[in-house]
Amino acid sequence: MVINFKNPWHISIIACFLPLFFLLIDVLFNNLGGNPIQTLHIRLGDWSLRFLCVTLAITPIQVITRWRGMADYRQLFGLCCFGYSLVHVLVYLVVDNALNWSIIATDVIESPYIWLGLFSFLIITVLAVTSPNYAKKKLGKNWKKIHRLIYFSALFAIIHYLWQLKGNLVQPIFYGTLISLLLLFRLLNHWKNKRLSKLMVPKRPISE
Amino acid sequence: MLIKSKHSVHESEITDPLVFIQRRNIIKALGLSTIGLTAGVTNVFAANQTSQKLTPTSSDIFKNYTNYYEFSFNKEDSTELAKNFPTNPWQLEISGEVENPINLNLEDVLKGQLVQEYIYRFRCVEGWSMVVPWMGFSLASLIKLTKPLSSANFVKFTSVLNPELMPNQLKSNVLSWPYTEGLRIDEATHPLTILAVGAYGNTLPKQNGAPLRLVVPWKYGFKSIKAIVKIELLKRAPISSWNKAAPNEYGFYANVNPNVPHPRWSQNSERLLGAGFFTARRETELFNGYGDQVASLYKDMDLRHFF
Repeated sequence: MVINFKNPWHISIIACFLPLFFLLIDVLFNNLGGNPIQTLHIRLGDWSLRFLCVTLAITPIQVITRWRGMADYRQLFGLCCFGYSLVHVLVYLVVDNALNWSIIATDVIESPYIWLGLFSFLIITVLAVTSPNYAKKKLGKNWKKIHRLIYFSALFAIIHYLWQLKGNLVQPIFYGTLISLLLLFRLLNHWKNKRLSKLMVPKRPISE
Repeated sequence: MLIKSKHSVHESEITDPLVFIQRRNIIKALGLSTIGLTAGVTNVFAANQTSQKLTPTSSDIFKNYTNYYEFSFNKEDSTELAKNFPTNPWQLEISGEVENPINLNLEDVLKGQLVQEYIYRFRCVEGWSMVVPWMGFSLASLIKLTKPLSSANFVKFTSVLNPELMPNQLKSNVLSWPYTEGLRIDEATHPLTILAVGAYGNTLPKQNGAPLRLVVPWKYGFKSIKAIVKIELLKRAPISSWNKAAPNEYGFYANVNPNVPHPRWSQNSERLLGAGFFTARRETELFNGYGDQVASLYKDMDLRHFF
């Protein structure tokens, strides 16, 4: 494949890999500070959350700009969110805990913030698995219902972020606000459509 | 007061000359007399090291990974932000339920104290730990000078308040400023409890709480209050900053305890800083491994309740 820098699809794919690329460079040059594993967790978690936000932003952008055909981008960024959260989980299991399952088990059981992260990740995994077109066809009407679970995944991810912090909550509050606005847009849009469709219904015929 | 190690000192443990010179420097920098110097170079191996020798974490990590919320929430940022913080001269007040209140320049406080090296594991409530060779002196011997009254049951420590140079004291109300901490009198006068004035053979870096900080090795790091200006002996338990901010999460005792999780995360294991990738976290020890010396302080106490 030839990379065309004028093609937004190509640029998007490159953009998805850039954070991972920069992270690998920082790993290579030992540029992650005094607690490099913690930095890995935060950087990977941040990018999962950012791609989740971008994924959630596609629909509002489509509605506002009346562009069509952004579904492919939504799928790309959604899969990217899954990719970064998968690496996030793998780093926790392998890099942080060296697959020491007894330490991992206690840590997970005793840490409510990890439960939330796990719920969020499980939802994203289901969505990634049911992402291909043949799955979409097979699931029919249910596909949309299943993929609305992303709202819960976003909610859990934000609480996962909030609950592990001690003092400074600026970042999770920023992402929390962003996600709230994106979800609020959907709610308002839903109400608007409902009202419009009510207006379209012909008035009941006057009884004779 | 002298802390006896359980094992006799082997030849290999005798201070190497370079370390000795560094100690001369620190003691000079702190304005100690030469008489104090010779008395002040004894090396102390805390008694918990009978089974395992603690290898100090690299001083680079120690200096650039600090929770100094007065300056920043970001552990890497305090190094730069604390650069111009004045620590000399430094006035220390000890008052409250004592016969002899003290209000002295730090230099004069140190003249009467034996500065020694204490190599302690330092465990943060956030789930990481490092091993720090502190230079400090026994808090008990300082408190003794003030002749505590029998009504002195608790000790309250207060950090410096300087909103002009400590940006978060203006910007953030996560904690109430100045930062305060507290100990029971028997905890404060325990031989493991020290006031540190140095680390790694040098004066304490500013971002690590210079010129004077508390170190209580069996408790989570937030108890080890930095830049102390006031020590008060009290009848009743003081309320510490973290306890005030989130009483259900940060208790008065804050003893390191793998069996009592923080409400939001486990305390069962810790990331030893400097250990590298693909190294499992180490299992946290009760009282941070100092149980032999301190467990008796909490006999018959429900540690889940008094967390």
